[in-house]
Amino acid sequence: MKDTELLLNAKDREMLAGAHGPAKQMAMRILIRMSEIAGAKSLLDIEAAHIDSTVYIGEAGLEYAEKLASLGAKVAVPTTLNVSGVDEHHWQEWSVPPNWASGARRQMAAYQSMDAVPTWTCAPYQTEFKPKFGQQIAWGESNAIVFANSVIGARTERYPDLFDVCCAITGRAPAIGLHLTENRAGQLLLNLKNVPASLQMRDDFYPVLGHWLGKISGGRVPVVVGLEVKPNEDQLKALGAGAACSGAVAMFHLVGITPEAPTLEAAFQGKQPAETHEVGMHELRTARQDLTHGFSGKLDMVVLGSPHFSLAEFKQLAPLLRGKTRHNNVRFLVTSSRIMAQLAREAGYMKIIEDFGGQLTVDTCILTSPMLPAEIHNLMTNSAKFSYYAPGLLNKTISYGSLEDCVQSAVEGKIIRDESAWL
Amino acid sequence: MALKIQGRAVIPGAAEGKLLAADQPLSFWGGYDWKTGEIIDRRHSLSGQIAKGKILAVPFTRGSSTTTAVLLESIRAGTAPAGILTTQTDFFFALASVVADELYSITLPLIVISPEDFSRLQLASWVSVSDDAIIRF
Repeated sequence: MKDTELLLNAKDREMLAGAHGPAKQMAMRILIRMSEIAGAKSLLDIEAAHIDSTVYIGEAGLEYAEKLASLGAKVAVPTTLNVSGVDEHHWQEWSVPPNWASGARRQMAAYQSMDAVPTWTCAPYQTEFKPKFGQQIAWGESNAIVFANSVIGARTERYPDLFDVCCAITGRAPAIGLHLTENRAGQLLLNLKNVPASLQMRDDFYPVLGHWLGKISGGRVPVVVGLEVKPNEDQLKALGAGAACSGAVAMFHLVGITPEAPTLEAAFQGKQPAETHEVGMHELRTARQDLTHGFSGKLDMVVLGSPHFSLAEFKQLAPLLRGKTRHNNVRFLVTSSRIMAQLAREAGYMKIIEDFGGQLTVDTCILTSPMLPAEIHNLMTNSAKFSYYAPGLLNKTISYGSLEDCVQSAVEGKIIRDESAWL
Repeated sequence: MALKIQGRAVIPGAAEGKLLAADQPLSFWGGYDWKTGEIIDRRHSLSGQIAKGKILAVPFTRGSSTTTAVLLESIRAGTAPAGILTTQTDFFFALASVVADELYSITLPLIVISPEDFSRLQLASWVSVSDDAIIRF
C-alpha cells in the first residue's frame, strides 16, 4: 500500500540491499514497510533508542530477538533496555516457572548481545541516558514515550515493541507523528476547575488525573490548564503513566509547566482547540474510584513501583516505614531498576524497607513476570498502571490509595484510605 | 441481501468469520490472552469473548506498546482473529502482521473503514473480507 512515495537516502538503500549485513537488512525491510503503512515521506536520524521488545511474552517474541541476534544485530545509537520477564538474579524467590525464566533470560541475552545498555527499566528517563530537549529518539514503553515527549521535549512517536529495535539497529525512524513539530500541538483543552491546591500537591492526585486524561483524550494531545502547583518529576511520571494506560496518550502539555507549553497559545501552536472539557472534583472522584477494581476480602499484598521506583520515591517511602513492621498477612513489594536499587541501598533506604518486612524486585515488575504466588488475590497500590493492568493480566483485584494509605494498610493488615482530601 | 463496504487495506488479505465489534479501543497487552484468544480487559465491553478466528472490529489500539508482541504471539499460536477492522491505520496491529510475514510467512488482514461504516457494521453477525478490501455482511 503506497499512498506516498517513501524517500530513502543512499545509506538506507545500502542497508536494504544488505551491504551492512543481514540484521540491518531485516530491520530496514521492516522499517520501510511500516514507514510506508504510516504514510511517511522519509526517514530521519535518531540519537537514541529505548527497546521495549525486551518484555517477554512467549516464543514468537523470543524467536524474533534471537533471529536478529543470530544475524549479528548491533545497535547504531545509544540504546537502553526496558523491563524483562524476570528479575535475573532473584526470580527463584518467587513463583516464576523455570521454563518462563529460561525463555525470558534468553531474550535478555539476545538484546544485550546487540550492545544495548542493560538498564532493564521502564523509567529510562531517570537514568544517565535521559534524552535532551529537541532530540529525535525512538522509544518503546508507553509511560516512557509520554514522559520523553511531554516532560523532556525529546521527540518520539508511540512505537510498539518489535519496531523500536529496528530503529535502534538502523539508527533511523519514519518522519511521522510526534517527530514533526506540527503534530506536537495540543488538540483538546482540559480545564481544571475548583480542584483545591491542597489536593494538587498530593502525589495521589496525579495517577487519578492521568487516568481521567487518557480516557477523555484517546490518542490525542491534551492541554491542561488550571494547575496551581508545579508537579515534581515523579508526579509527572505518574500522570503520564496513567494517561498512557487508559488512553493512547503519547504527549500532553501542562500550560506553564511542560517545556513546549509556556503559554496556552504555544501549546496549541496558535490553533484553536477542537474540544474543551472541564474537570472538577466529581470527575476526579469517579476516576479515582475506577482505579479500585473488584476489591473484596482481605488485603494480601501492597505493590509499589510502576513505573519503576526512583531514588526520590525511595527517599519518600523510607521515613513512612521507619520503626514499623508490616502485618504478618500482607506482603510488601517495591519494583525498581538495579541502578536505583543500588543507590537506595547506599543511601540506607533499602535497610529500612527490609526491616519493615518489605521486598525488592528489579529488572521487571508484577505485570511482566509471573512472579506472584497463587494465594495472593487482593492487591493495593499507589500506581495507576498497576491498577489498570492487574485485573486483566493477573486476574487479581486491586485497590488504589496514596503511598501513606498503602503503608498504613500494610501495617494494619486491611485497606485504610484517607478520604479527606477527596471529599 | 448482503451489504457491502469498501475498506482500505493496510495489510491486504481475505478472511471471514463471526464479527466481534466494539466502539471502544483495545490494548492487547492486558486485554488479549494469546493462549486462548479471549479478550481479558475486564473494563472492556468485549471482556470474556473469544476472538480467535473471528473478525475483530475495534477503532484502534490503546495503551501499552506491548500490544504488537501479544498479537504476534497469537498469530504464531493460531489464536489470533482472522482479520481486524479499524477506523484508522493502526501501526501496532500492522507491525504484528509485517513481522509475522517476516518470521512465519503468515499475514493477518488489516482493513481501515470509515467511522460511519464502522457504526453500520456493529449489528452484523458474519463478515467476509476480500483481497481488494471489500467487506460483505
